[in-house]
Amino acid sequence: MPPADDTPRLTDAGLPVKRVYGPEDVRHADDGMIGEPGEYPFLRGNFPGGYRDRLWTFRQYSGFGTAEESNARYKMLLERGGTGLSVALDLPTQCGYDSDDPEVEEEVGRVGVAIDTLADAEILFADIPLDSISTSFTINGTAAILLAFYVAAAEKSGVPRAKLRGTIQNDILKEYASRGTWIWPAEPSLRLIADTIEFCAQEVPRFNAISVAGAHFRDAGANAAQEMAFTLQDGITYCERVISRGRVGIDEFAPQISFFFYTHGDFFEEVAKYRAGRRIWATTVRERFGATTDSACLFRFGCVVGGASLYAPQAQNNIVRVAYEAMASVLGGVQSMFSAAWDEPFALPTAESTTLALRTQQILAYETGVARTVDPLGGSYYVEALTDAMEEEIRGIMAGLEAFGGMTKAVEEGYVQRIIADEAYRVQRMLESGDRKVVGVNMFQTDEALPEISTVEMDDESRNLQLKRLAEVKASRDPSLVERTLSALEAGAKVEDVNLMPLLVDCALAYCTVGEMVRTLKGVWGEFQQPVVF
Amino acid sequence: MAARVLIAKPGLDGHDRGAKLVARVLRDAGFEVIYTGIRQSPERIAAAAVQEDVAVVGLSILSGSHVALTKKTRQALASVGGDGIKIAVGGTIPSQDIEVLKSAGADAVFQTGTTTEQLVAAMQQLTGTTPTPT
Repeated sequence: MPPADDTPRLTDAGLPVKRVYGPEDVRHADDGMIGEPGEYPFLRGNFPGGYRDRLWTFRQYSGFGTAEESNARYKMLLERGGTGLSVALDLPTQCGYDSDDPEVEEEVGRVGVAIDTLADAEILFADIPLDSISTSFTINGTAAILLAFYVAAAEKSGVPRAKLRGTIQNDILKEYASRGTWIWPAEPSLRLIADTIEFCAQEVPRFNAISVAGAHFRDAGANAAQEMAFTLQDGITYCERVISRGRVGIDEFAPQISFFFYTHGDFFEEVAKYRAGRRIWATTVRERFGATTDSACLFRFGCVVGGASLYAPQAQNNIVRVAYEAMASVLGGVQSMFSAAWDEPFALPTAESTTLALRTQQILAYETGVARTVDPLGGSYYVEALTDAMEEEIRGIMAGLEAFGGMTKAVEEGYVQRIIADEAYRVQRMLESGDRKVVGVNMFQTDEALPEISTVEMDDESRNLQLKRLAEVKASRDPSLVERTLSALEAGAKVEDVNLMPLLVDCALAYCTVGEMVRTLKGVWGEFQQPVVF
Repeated sequence: MAARVLIAKPGLDGHDRGAKLVARVLRDAGFEVIYTGIRQSPERIAAAAVQEDVAVVGLSILSGSHVALTKKTRQALASVGGDGIKIAVGGTIPSQDIEVLKSAGADAVFQTGTTTEQLVAAMQQLTGTTPTPT
């Protein structure tokens, strides 16, 4: 027999992997840092029963056109076994423009649903039981405004805010660095985020005030370790901000912080990333911020599978990629998942491709047996060693960010953007040289043109309906109430220790538009200036 | 002389991984590259293109608004005397939109899956240059 090849091989993030692992590679076998599921430091999972007690939430990102069309899609997903909603909003809503703003006319209702006023939110959630369904909003710049709409819409339908479950993404730092729906500069934006965290801790206790989202760093090019490091550092920044105001303590608000990631194709690396993330967050919240409860230390996260790990050539191969990525996420202990449709590289998914993506999760949950025991890979020589290596890598990147002066400075000055662009470039080079293998892209290619596909378009009729409703709302609301609530918002924005959330709820109930609230705050706070690096 | 190219992100879509990659690849291939950053209006892009005297404006669009934004950029270029500036469009472009984009004012269209080699060759052809790598 020829001698074994002991040259280390690299994971996608560049961690060396040995030929074989053994008991000597499990560093934390006896020091309590592996522990039990449901026990600090939660390496093996947040809950003692894992998926035996509760499966992860199947949460398909969806929303387009008008509130009526999206409401119908949500009801369809719930009827077909979806267990949570995930609202996709159009870019004008995300960036703070109304549908009738001439600057944005071609973007209305295109990548998500258009929400201008509380009237749209009331239609969006009509006949959906908001006291039993949880709703996730991918919203950041205008997160506080959408939260105000959700609270107001629920209370108008008879559901008290204390019963609401769900999440707003509300993570502005990663918008500056990678996703781009920023509005105001960092300082007032961090203040507004702290306002929402306090408001939720005190009044909407079952709702996550923030979903610190590494997913967008990842899709912009960051590798798995960078994604986790940037995200944890963002989470630390938000915690520090809330703690510094001294109104709610870490044990009160930390249980309402959640996280969100991309799972890409390197199977064991992704499992290790999530296991390491749980341990780093738990130890950070306890040791750095002095949390005393277990629930404050939990690293609860959702994920999306697909995104930049999907490819256009031989597009149906993406069905297989999504299935493997979904399994890695579950073996990593995810709490909710969005599985992308195979046609995502070209278009908004169709009803068929969306359903297939949901079925992928259902087959995983009910047929494969992965939910039968908690943390099935725990104790694997390789997985424990890779988890430790991942933790070390992530902590190293976090230390670099701290040394730079913290996450806010790092995104304001383009430091994070530079790291992401470098990694995206490195990966592109590897794809083209064949060092990173992708079936159908740089091996086993076939000569096929991209398929002609039907795209979901917001037609003029839907846009006109949206514009008509906005005009009707503006005509029928009480203008003096609009003026009063916006003036109160403006006055509140000038004073750091006023919590703006109750004022935004007042604006929502007065049927102020997203654009009006955003412009009011821009008048006080100005706009973010992006660093341009490539 | 190296050809000058403006890489721009019109509209509200912030996904700029592709735009930044293209900017860097073209720079490595010897082009002089200016990147606008995200969320630029067609008017601002046209003004920058004329001011920087570029040969090509590269628009990166992943939001599905590519036809409208290409048309607007072409009009904006015309209104500031930039008729001679070429437009290349890249992003999430379905095959059936390629011809639509060309009649809206695009001189070249790059779909998902374009390699950097194909991109550089097409841009050299578009600018009539064969830049020496730096």
